[in-house]
Amino acid sequence: MIRFGLVLAAALGLGVTLSAEASEAPKAPAQAWPFNGPLGTYDRNDLRRGLTVYRNVCASCHSLHLVSYRHLAGVGFTEEEIKTIAAAVEVEDGPNDQGEKFSRAGRPADRFKSPFANPQAARAANNGAFPPDLSVITKARKGGPDYLYGLLTGYKNPPAGFKVLEGMNYNEYFPGHQIAMPAPLNEGGVEYPDGTKSTVQQMAHDVTTFLSWASEPEMEERKRMGLKVLMVIFVLTALLYGLKRQIWAALH
Amino acid sequence: MTPAPVWKNPIVRWIDYRLPVFSFIHHQLVDYPTPRNLSYWWNFGSLSGIVLVIMVMTGIVLAMSYTPHVDHAFDSVERIMRDVNYGWLIRYVHMNGASAFFVCVYIHLFRGLYYGSYKAPREILWIVGIVILLTMMATAFMGYVLPWGQMSFWAATVITNLFSAIPLIGEPIVAWLWGGFSIDNPTLNRFFALHYLLPFVILGLVFVHLWALHIHKSNNPVGVETKSAREEIPFHPYYTIKDLFGLGVLLFFFLCFVFFAPNMFVEPDNYIPANPLVTPAHIVPEWYLMPFYAILRAITFDIWFIPAKLIGVIAMFSSIVILMLLPWLDTSPVRSARYRPIYKQVYWIFFADCLVLGYIGASPPEGWYIPIGQIATAYYFGHFLIVMPLLGIFERPLPVPESITAAMGMPKEAGR
Ligand code: HEC
Repeated sequence: MIRFGLVLAAALGLGVTLSAEASEAPKAPAQAWPFNGPLGTYDRNDLRRGLTVYRNVCASCHSLHLVSYRHLAGVGFTEEEIKTIAAAVEVEDGPNDQGEKFSRAGRPADRFKSPFANPQAARAANNGAFPPDLSVITKARKGGPDYLYGLLTGYKNPPAGFKVLEGMNYNEYFPGHQIAMPAPLNEGGVEYPDGTKSTVQQMAHDVTTFLSWASEPEMEERKRMGLKVLMVIFVLTALLYGLKRQIWAALH
Repeated sequence: MTPAPVWKNPIVRWIDYRLPVFSFIHHQLVDYPTPRNLSYWWNFGSLSGIVLVIMVMTGIVLAMSYTPHVDHAFDSVERIMRDVNYGWLIRYVHMNGASAFFVCVYIHLFRGLYYGSYKAPREILWIVGIVILLTMMATAFMGYVLPWGQMSFWAATVITNLFSAIPLIGEPIVAWLWGGFSIDNPTLNRFFALHYLLPFVILGLVFVHLWALHIHKSNNPVGVETKSAREEIPFHPYYTIKDLFGLGVLLFFFLCFVFFAPNMFVEPDNYIPANPLVTPAHIVPEWYLMPFYAILRAITFDIWFIPAKLIGVIAMFSSIVILMLLPWLDTSPVRSARYRPIYKQVYWIFFADCLVLGYIGASPPEGWYIPIGQIATAYYFGHFLIVMPLLGIFERPLPVPESITAAMGMPKEAGR
């Protein structure tokens, strides 16, 4: 029942000290995302560039295992483009009818290929730290896209007197300020096909847009449908109110 | 009760002669006599029922694509969001529907508190209502566990561990609840089974609730029983249209959340897959359980030989059970707060106390939050055990109108 002691401590007090420490990091400033607001949508160019950043930088450490290549069709990628993107990776498949595993080129129905075979391998390659899957990352952090953007642009020199542990990096917005992920974005780190200059801010903006889409691929359809449904309900409710008035007026 | 109409359709007549479903519906939903002066606060009973039906329907569809296994539950929920047609809509309706359900039920309950709807002869109706609330809480808690995120796992851990506070048999009970020595696959499986079962238990309880309601009919804002046919109107069309309009308003607000802020009530941590090795900094239940969570945590001291934790658990369950005793704790013969000048104020103080408890439940138990939570908890019980019994004795009620029509300023009927 050691576990229980821990839990109760967490529930009744200990967790408090933890959270007090963890909440030290300042709130990342809000960005003007084009996908904010009830009519917001993902900027298609940002998304394409964001995919480039993810594939060239983040994908060497982070999986995106809930997203399939075919899902890209939802944001305007053509079938041909998707096939090319998928075919760029080798995936292990099988067993075939000889009972053997084999590798083949990726297909649109495959999930984004994970960089590591298992969590242990991921830790082993990252100094014992686990790079989390990024499929729902903006839903999984307070502040969502603002936090992600803040994190990616928040690498700084530590303030005087702040001891950064061996293998850790100082980050302004990461809770506790010490993060195992080395600054992933560096000026000119990727070459954008559309010729946009790849500053850290630009790449952070783009990959955040891409990962926001990965977290909430239904968002655009959701908002569009929401607007229609709410309009219908509004009119219907107004009519029902009129009807109610009329029916009750007959009451003496 | 007016006799049922003679059914014209021969098939309907044939069936109704053997099994009077049509007459039953007619008596209970069409010409069912209802006080004519019900305010919009009376909408929330039927609204709760409709939300329950929405929850059952979306829940059944979700269960078709959900996998109750620790390795697959989290991903299967996200798969529903991405790969099932309109899966995101169904899931977000279900997820936010739980909040809507509690909003409606809490308003319904506070309506009952204000107008004394729990008083004779409606005590059993009220008690069944509280049992429904308890069952809802259990159901909602188990539903929260199913996506198997961090909050799911740790809320399950904290809540099931409460039972270990029971002396002697506590630990075996916890192992029995878990189906093992830790929260694991058997726990998730049984929670899923129960989460599917309990809503049907609630439906059964709602039937009993309505049965009891239809014996003595609705209370009303004046708090005196209907005395003449003139004070009653048939449920249909008057209240069917009023309820439909209310439903439109509720759906409008509810769907604003579903479509534009679907994750407003979710802790982001629950989008991190469950990890028994990492304790979240701050374990919190959903908002609708916060006041009870605050009461649980308010007890930070042992009393004599009883450990604080056990008292906390007892206090939490008592805070709901005590509602069942309210018909006897409230000693005032007057139902409606309209005619109880002091109770009217006490009512709002109690309401504020519940809000404070909710706020404390959501806050970390540190600093000033602890004594405030303790005072609010003490007041919660004081309201029921001290204020309500004494108020009935010392409060001087305003003159209560002799009938609904009198209260509405309608002329007395001739010849009655
Ligand atoms: C060299 C490997 C590596 C690369 C490349 C990398 N990361 Fe990470 N990332 C990590 C590790 C390791 C962690 C875990 C950090 C920790 O727990 O301290 C992490 C953590 C994160 C987190 C979670 C932070 C939190 O709040 O818990 C996010 C978000 C993230 N990375 C995003 C990205 C993005 C976006 C990219 C691409 C621009 C990227 N990472 C590239 C290794 C990497």
